Amino acid sequence: MATVSRDDVVSLADAPARPMNMIEAINDALDIMLERDPDVIVMGEDVGYFGGVFRATASLQEKYGKTRVFDTPISENGIIGAAVGMGAYGLRPVPEIQFADYIYPGLDQLISEAARLRYRSAGEFIAPMTVRSPFGGGIFGGQTHSQSPEAIFTHVAGLKTVVPSTPHDAKGLLIAAIEDNDPVIFFEPKRIYNGPFDGYYDKPTKPWKDHPDARVPEGYYSIPLGKARTVREGHAMTVLTYGTMVHVAEAVCREKGVDAEILDLRTLLPLDIEAVENSVEKTGRCLVIHEATRTSGFGAELAAQVQERCFYHLEAPVERVTGFDTPYPHSLEWAYFPGPIRIGEAIDKLLGA
Amino acid sequence: MAKAASSNSNKSRTPAKPTDSEPSAAGAGDFALHSLQDALEKDPRYKASQEELLGFYEQMLLIRRFEERAGQLYGLGLIGGFCHLYIGQEAVAVGLQSGLEEGKDSVITGYRDHGHMLAYGIDPNIIMAELTGRQAGISKGKGGSMHMFSTEHAFYGGHGIVGAQVSLGGGLAFAHKYRDDGGLCLAYFGDGAANQGQVYETFNMASLWQLPIVFVVENNQYAMGTSVKRSSAETEFYRRGAAFRIPGLRVNGMDVLEVHQAGRIAAEHVRSGKGPVLMELSTYRYRGHSMSDPAKYRTREEVQDMREHNDPIERAKAELLEMGVAEDKLKDIDKAIRARVAEAADFAETSPEPEPSELYTDVLVESY
Repeated sequence: MATVSRDDVVSLADAPARPMNMIEAINDALDIMLERDPDVIVMGEDVGYFGGVFRATASLQEKYGKTRVFDTPISENGIIGAAVGMGAYGLRPVPEIQFADYIYPGLDQLISEAARLRYRSAGEFIAPMTVRSPFGGGIFGGQTHSQSPEAIFTHVAGLKTVVPSTPHDAKGLLIAAIEDNDPVIFFEPKRIYNGPFDGYYDKPTKPWKDHPDARVPEGYYSIPLGKARTVREGHAMTVLTYGTMVHVAEAVCREKGVDAEILDLRTLLPLDIEAVENSVEKTGRCLVIHEATRTSGFGAELAAQVQERCFYHLEAPVERVTGFDTPYPHSLEWAYFPGPIRIGEAIDKLLGA
Repeated sequence: MAKAASSNSNKSRTPAKPTDSEPSAAGAGDFALHSLQDALEKDPRYKASQEELLGFYEQMLLIRRFEERAGQLYGLGLIGGFCHLYIGQEAVAVGLQSGLEEGKDSVITGYRDHGHMLAYGIDPNIIMAELTGRQAGISKGKGGSMHMFSTEHAFYGGHGIVGAQVSLGGGLAFAHKYRDDGGLCLAYFGDGAANQGQVYETFNMASLWQLPIVFVVENNQYAMGTSVKRSSAETEFYRRGAAFRIPGLRVNGMDVLEVHQAGRIAAEHVRSGKGPVLMELSTYRYRGHSMSDPAKYRTREEVQDMREHNDPIERAKAELLEMGVAEDKLKDIDKAIRARVAEAADFAETSPEPEPSELYTDVLVESY
């Protein structure tokens, strides 16, 4: 299936659309792909009868039957391993790992098999699969239900890593991921499943329905992997971020009245380095925000690439706001979470430099 | 039997790794997969004295009231995130752990861990304070409901990743044997976790090395929303050790006296150096898997039927009354427990949250 170009996506604005939250958008994407392609299979813990712990696969088993949408035992290693074999045989499995924190038992299969099959068979065998997994914190999950392990996967040659931040993108990116011929890790920021959480945890989160990016076009469309989205244009600095932190960054910039350009990377690997470069060259300042721990986080890669490519345009050192280098704490969740205060301080520092 | 199990090298005895020992107890002729089950069926219930049964009853009731209160605190927003209640399964932790040598034997479990801590007599205040994420909590509030530990009681947690604790239990048992300390490991996991591959890797190692470990499947019938029959090819979990020459025990986990009896049989087998045992305790959780559970996977009637006809606490209560314990005495116990739990809830509510400086403590041995 040919993917839709960026221009086509824009034209979707005129297509019939309705507001969805992120769960509904993901469910819609799975529904469409199950409908379009008989090779697509949805599998995972509690995804069938139960409809998924976050309801992302609700009613799909009823519609497509137990052969295509089915429950697995709690065996992450086995789930990913089976998906590699399915993909190699020609199917398009979409396994769900219930929480990103549970993905580690499957790492051997993901890294040594899924990511490497193409290379070691010199392209004869591929392992197309989309591993969907809710990730990130903000729901008091403690250390085993809150992690953001994206940098583990961007470090592995042979995998693609996607993180949507809106219902509109979640649907289009998931469809593109399923159609992609490489294994894709599709991390869904669970804190924003039901509303665009802006980091002000002591205030109620607004639901998605009034957000412009909650308007999800009906039917099939895809958003190409490797293309960043400009959330807002600006000249004072470039903010590079993804997932939940897009909304936090946006709220802080709005509150502080900063003329920042915010890029939602959407795909970490392949990375839209061109968009990054163009923006940083324009603004001369760069702030990177992610929720994952700091050391060897994806922000380190971004900072390195920005200085390699934009060094002579930079007015200040690249600044990072991230989670701390600690396990994700239960009770100190909001101290760990890179919230508005820390982002605000980093902005002040960058502008003062 | 191997006499290899020995202490660490810096002690006086000759060190020998458990892996070097011959699995002689599993000699082909001796091996009887059903021997323990036969023993249990011959004498299925522990003959408890009135005092002992009262003790079990009190512990089970404490767990139930504690969990009911935890559910309320969750509803009030005082407990955040995940909270898995043990209501309905009380006889398992109480019946088994009452047969252990506390502090010498090690215990490890999954995320539904409040009951196992209470069964060990750990102060309800610090358990409840952990649930509310306070500094006074047993893990200083940093672990939360699923991640609680007590070195004093050799309670090795509280683990949030399904099944991961089973392999750790294998390591604990290895250490018991290596140190020749006479202890055993009790490793709990659920019917859902029983489908994790690493469980079988551990079965193999434990049997191969004749490790002192009791594997306990708390079969509460549902892996979150997936019933046993929808996830498991062999639904009789006690049989799953057969391929590894591990004898199995099928136990009614809703009867504290049967649980205790089975626990004694298993512990005796393990302590005599004959290697691991796999117990399946058939039980039932009354509440949802966690706090947000649409409960569409089972009927209200099914839950109600279990509560009315198979409740472990009611069963113990009826027996106590039959033994001649005065109803007033049981009422007094209930009252005292309610007061104890209310105190724990107050403590958990009023204790301060951890200092922000706690964020960076306990990450590595060195501070940085």
